[in-house]
Amino acid sequence: MDFYLTALLQGLCFSAIALGIYISMKIFNIPDITTDGSYTLGAVVTAILLTHHQPTYIILPAVIIAGGIAGAITGLIHTKLKINALLAGILVMTALYSVNLWLMGRSNLPLINVSSLFTLINISADPNHNSFWILLLFVAIITLIIGYLLKTDFGIAMRATGNSESMIRSLGVNTDRMKITGLALANALTALSGYLISQLQGYTDISMGIGIVIIGLGSVIIAETLINWLRITSVWLSLILVLTGAIIFQFVLAITLDIGVDPIFLKVVTAVFVLLIVSLPRITFRTAK
Amino acid sequence: MIDINNVHKTFNTGRANQVNAVNGIDLHIKQGEYVVIVGANGSGKTTLLDMVAGSVFPGTGTIEVDGKDVTKLPDYKRSRWIARVFQNPMSGTASDLSIIDNFRLAAIRTRSKGLSIGINDTFKNQVREKISTLGLGLENKIEQPMGTLSGGQRQALTLLMSVMDSCKVLLLDEPTAALDPRSAQVVMKTADELIKDYRLTAILITHNLKDAYNYGNRLILMGEGLIMKDLDAKQKSTLKQNDLFDWFS
Repeated sequence: MDFYLTALLQGLCFSAIALGIYISMKIFNIPDITTDGSYTLGAVVTAILLTHHQPTYIILPAVIIAGGIAGAITGLIHTKLKINALLAGILVMTALYSVNLWLMGRSNLPLINVSSLFTLINISADPNHNSFWILLLFVAIITLIIGYLLKTDFGIAMRATGNSESMIRSLGVNTDRMKITGLALANALTALSGYLISQLQGYTDISMGIGIVIIGLGSVIIAETLINWLRITSVWLSLILVLTGAIIFQFVLAITLDIGVDPIFLKVVTAVFVLLIVSLPRITFRTAK
Repeated sequence: MIDINNVHKTFNTGRANQVNAVNGIDLHIKQGEYVVIVGANGSGKTTLLDMVAGSVFPGTGTIEVDGKDVTKLPDYKRSRWIARVFQNPMSGTASDLSIIDNFRLAAIRTRSKGLSIGINDTFKNQVREKISTLGLGLENKIEQPMGTLSGGQRQALTLLMSVMDSCKVLLLDEPTAALDPRSAQVVMKTADELIKDYRLTAILITHNLKDAYNYGNRLILMGEGLIMKDLDAKQKSTLKQNDLFDWFS
């Protein structure tokens, strides 16, 4: 049962990446690979500041700004230098590997005996239950902020930029600036996942971000499938489904391990699972004919 | 209202596929004029419109809108005065956003897109009222995504959206090219009414010679990047519809 509680906690932590990828993929139509780098960057900044005993009100803004800068750089490279979005993301992700190593000074930073978000408040005696409530609150706040943002005039303009650039330009929006802002926002959210996971697992490792983008993509794809199947149009419900997608994803991995699959096959299970979800709508459309 | 001074535009200069799209055009459009531009494909009509809209910059020459030099001003900055209806119904609206979301964006075309929620019941009723003037029953569907509507419906809505915020110039680039005759009629009629009601300065590019004959108070024939004929309201009224066909033979 503990297995599944951990899956739930991880799912909540990864919901920030899912929201970030949701913004970059769905709203901007830009697949953003910067994620691998900005996730680790978030974890690195967190670990460094925690081991220097900085309080949460310093660490959180630092993580958000760090992720935001990474995303903004990808945005600048894509819009101003007209470089393909995928390549721009890869370039920044690659550069961030060195930046993260340089910041940490070593390849791995343990977070034992440092205060963390999870020791901040004491809601329950059981540490896992405590983490659950704190994460739930944290994720709820982020979701409320993003949901509100998407409903504002700025948010609608952001959603339109990914849909019809010609339209939104003729309606007065500087699409270059909008894309940069959006990528900054998406990567700030990704960095927050790094912040949460590094504290949950108790260490930051330079390679923890490798391949992490697939978790974000998989979560969003699960959400998309549910949104299309249930014909959801509400922004709030769509965001809640994104969170659900992140949690479902982790549960599938937990089930895989629980039924005794060798952990070395975890990545291939991930790939096959994502493939299944993507193909599901296409198969059902064919039988509908 | 619009002053185009000795404007030239060449694409792929110096290369084998060089295109001299616009070869020296002087055009002065007064406030309230509804100019119809016709011409063969490749005559430079769309390039000229793109330069007024700001999606293309002239090679040489200047363009002024409402007295301001906008020659090098990017398109998204010209939206303060200019609203545009594209040839492709998909280009003027956002498919995944609802009708009301699209109209909200149009209503703040000249303003900055801030962090407040602008869609409230008053706004929704305003939009419903406006849409009902089309007589297409769309006022009951404002929460539906734009993508569920037909091309003709989207073009008609794009036209209404153009006057949601203050607008001085309306650019219509073959707005009915992708539409069936009935939808085309709705779009052209709506455009005509809006131009009259809001006293807009308008430029219409069309291949439909019937529309060119029936609408507008100034008619321009373009060819090879130049203005071949420029008829004012009086001269236009003496034309017969067949005369337009003769221009192209």
